[in-house]
Amino acid sequence: MAKIKGAIVIDIEKCKGCELCLVSCPTDVIRMEKKVNGKGYHFAYMEYPDNCTGCANCAVVCPDGVITVYRKKFEE
Amino acid sequence: MGKMKLMKGNEAFAEAAIRAGCDAYFGYPITPQSEVMEYLAAQQPQLRTGMVLLQAESEVAAINMVYGAAGTGKRVMTSSSSPGISLKQEGISYLAGSQLPCLILNVMRGGPGLGTIQPSQSDYFQATKGGGHGDYRMIVLAPASVQEMSDFVKLGFELAFKYRNPVIMLSDGIIGQMMEKVELFEQVPRLTEFDQQWVTTGKTPDRERNVITSLDLDPARHERHNLKLQAKYQKMRENEVRFENIDCDDAEYLFVAYGSCARICQKSVKLARAKGIKVGLIRPVTLFPFPSEEIGRRAAKLKGILTVELSSGQMIEDVRLAVDGKVRVALHNRMGGMVPSPEEVVDALLKSFSIR
Amino acid sequence: MEIRNPRIQEIISEENLVYKKTSLMTDKALSYCPGCGHGVVHRVIMEIIDEMGIQADTIGVAPVGCSVLAYEFMNIDMQQASHGRAPAVATGIKRCWPEKYVFTYQGDGDLAAIGTAETIHACNRGENIAIFFINNGIYGMTGGQMAPTTLVGMRSSTTPYGRDAALMGNPLKITELVAMLPGTYFVARHTVHTPLAVRKFKKAAKMAFENQKLNKGLSFIEIVSNCNSGWKMTPVQANKWMEENMLPFYPPGDIKMNGEIVKKAEKAE
Repeated sequence: MAKIKGAIVIDIEKCKGCELCLVSCPTDVIRMEKKVNGKGYHFAYMEYPDNCTGCANCAVVCPDGVITVYRKKFEE
Repeated sequence: MGKMKLMKGNEAFAEAAIRAGCDAYFGYPITPQSEVMEYLAAQQPQLRTGMVLLQAESEVAAINMVYGAAGTGKRVMTSSSSPGISLKQEGISYLAGSQLPCLILNVMRGGPGLGTIQPSQSDYFQATKGGGHGDYRMIVLAPASVQEMSDFVKLGFELAFKYRNPVIMLSDGIIGQMMEKVELFEQVPRLTEFDQQWVTTGKTPDRERNVITSLDLDPARHERHNLKLQAKYQKMRENEVRFENIDCDDAEYLFVAYGSCARICQKSVKLARAKGIKVGLIRPVTLFPFPSEEIGRRAAKLKGILTVELSSGQMIEDVRLAVDGKVRVALHNRMGGMVPSPEEVVDALLKSFSIR
Repeated sequence: MEIRNPRIQEIISEENLVYKKTSLMTDKALSYCPGCGHGVVHRVIMEIIDEMGIQADTIGVAPVGCSVLAYEFMNIDMQQASHGRAPAVATGIKRCWPEKYVFTYQGDGDLAAIGTAETIHACNRGENIAIFFINNGIYGMTGGQMAPTTLVGMRSSTTPYGRDAALMGNPLKITELVAMLPGTYFVARHTVHTPLAVRKFKKAAKMAFENQKLNKGLSFIEIVSNCNSGWKMTPVQANKWMEENMLPFYPPGDIKMNGEIVKKAEKAE
């Protein structure tokens, strides 16, 4: 059975830690890092990458356009 | 040689706008310059040359339409009278700050406030010292005839584009309303090519985006911008002074007057000379830059200067700066729409300098 | 960052790319507060210009307000307008370049207070431009003062006890107002606080640009947005507050399509 898997890449230095991606993710992939970036923001990261479907919801709502989304179909 | 026509100053200005290849006019009616837009509308410039003509909802909107249109690199203009020009000041400051070329006509009427619809020259400070907020200057052309209401449109656009700066024609209700013969210049084609260096045409891959703005929040960079503007104004002072001398060579006394007052003083010169008084007239054609050097150069040889103005005495300050105390400068003025007679001016000269 | 799942490296490659910030947004970090809707609206407009391939034919007008520096982020030719005058500036540009795409980007103070006359008259003349109107019910840049769109009872730095309609007047539904004018061709209200809302807004914004080709009039899109700094909330709280308070008064949806009113203005409570 084919499985869709996604992944996101976050431009950490431009992330402002607003958490809008976190609440818009339907599969609960994203958490905020305890560490801060150069501007002092807790940036987003994939805590549960296995859940990511590459739906791009996070990237679409991200005000700063810091999220790039990838998606690949795996045959299992 | 073009054909002679009998026209009002405002009409000659409007006809000259079309002939100068103006691309767009945005205006709002106000007495005593409403004939400008009326004449344009009757001429259907959109059919004659493709020129845009739009009556805006206010002077504020009109000048901002000029600002937007000037950003496209086209020849654009507006006209108004004193209270309307006050409303346009913010936009003019933006035009100057963003270094955009445009032509503005002020057919001055008396103030302050709503004042009167009669002629006046009381916007001299506003036109020559900036007018809006911030450090900026405009080239100020002062027409004294219907002929110049036409000629200065062409000249005004040339100067506006030469310096990428607003140019203002400071006329008044007399020049705007009076009818005289005028020789119109031949049609100049509208602009078809644009300086892609700075105008907004849409960003193409071969250049960086063009941004037209007067904003810069970096103080050091903004100071450099201001220095650049000041250097530009200095170049205007060096290259663009224009004036007319009448009977100055043997003169012991001088009238200094511009626009309609200069026309009156031409007659006063004749009347005074008939009485044996050696008087000349210097008529500044550009009020900024002001012909300070010419007036200053003559000061030491003079017994007195009389400035004649339709204001409380505004240009006189520039004349006094120009002569630097070398000769006494007196004022004869009328306000509120009143206009001096040539005889009255001669009397004022006699009285001011105790000439017997 | 450590890669916790080796499969990720397989996924993250050019051929699997689903979404990437458009190159029409510059690389400059946005000057907006965390979670501010401006960034999303900027990006969506740039995505459309990118997708339509009209960068070389588009001129934007930036207002006074938080988005005064929009030209630092949008990689297109732009002109900055004085406060409220963007529709007049856009009129000047469009009349000189009738074949180009021209849009203004304005906030509520700019469009619905100081620039009301320019807004109404550009709409009434049916200028073939697009107006994007960001309504967050507050003056963001100057520090959260009352805007023409501030809700009754809503607190701002100049209505610290809440907006009292008897003293300060009522919030202005300017979008419904311009929809009544014959010059507007397409009028809609959107939000950008959820992925679905952003996708809907994008469709509308695209229509606003496509309409310019038709020369039928003005497209006006209000985007009800947040101002979490001005509202003194976290971005997530601000969006929730917006849903619960702003959207009942400023309901999203199409108001005028193809020159016909499709939704009557609701009476304010």
